[in-house]
Amino acid sequence: MEQLHTYLMLGAFMFCLGIFGLLQQSSLIGMLIATELILNGAALNFMAFNMFLSKDPVTGQAFTLFIMGVAAAEAAIALSIIITVYRKFRAIKPESVSELKG
Amino acid sequence: MTTIADFIPPIIVAQVAFWLMVVITIAGAVLAVTLPNILHNILGLALSMLGLTGIYLFLGSQFVAMMQLLIYVGAICITYIFAIMLSPPLELEIPKKPAVKVVTAFLVSVITFAGMVFMIFNLKTAPLANISRDWSVKTLGQQFFTKYFLVFELISLLLAIAIIGAIMIAGLGQKRD
Repeated sequence: MEQLHTYLMLGAFMFCLGIFGLLQQSSLIGMLIATELILNGAALNFMAFNMFLSKDPVTGQAFTLFIMGVAAAEAAIALSIIITVYRKFRAIKPESVSELKG
Repeated sequence: MTTIADFIPPIIVAQVAFWLMVVITIAGAVLAVTLPNILHNILGLALSMLGLTGIYLFLGSQFVAMMQLLIYVGAICITYIFAIMLSPPLELEIPKKPAVKVVTAFLVSVITFAGMVFMIFNLKTAPLANISRDWSVKTLGQQFFTKYFLVFELISLLLAIAIIGAIMIAGLGQKRD
């Protein structure tokens, strides 16, 4: 339990599950959910390295908090883009959104 | 007065709690990517974030754990649920996943995971002698307003711009309809 490897393995597992979800999902919102898993795997790694190997106790926590801020901004923008895409194409499948217009 | 500590040593309780949190995190993450219904995916994500809150508490940072609970479970997951329930995409039939895509995605993620495990177990680290464990909110706040002040302000600017941009994108699309 008090080992760096446990936390690193958990973070790597979440990251790879996020990659799996991102590649196999067939709806845009599902891909967004998988992206959150990837971000959280990275954040867990930062916290674990900060706890076990860092001289400065704040760096990893600051990084994790900034990741949370960026994730919140990303969620807001991505959801509004998905809703706009739905209005335009009447679909949330990534395959059917295949044309751009100026 | 009898407490639970009389029967089971506290170290065992802590270990059981830690592994419970790990199981909750992994189970939530698996539910979030495998279930066919998008609403269930989001609830799985919320469960996973709840487990991660416990992991952060074990890592000794109460502030980050509370922020994880507030921002992810309280804000992001609820925003997703509202966005799905208030907009029509959920009424669409859920698109079928082609088996080739799932198998390819599985292979790619397994290869990535194997590479990461290989790197983790080859990691050579020397344990530091005097690690500062001063993780109080006071230290965090002092560092945020001295060393990380510029990044802190930039994050708040990014959030403000993102919210204005989200309103603009969603609102402009509606006008053009």
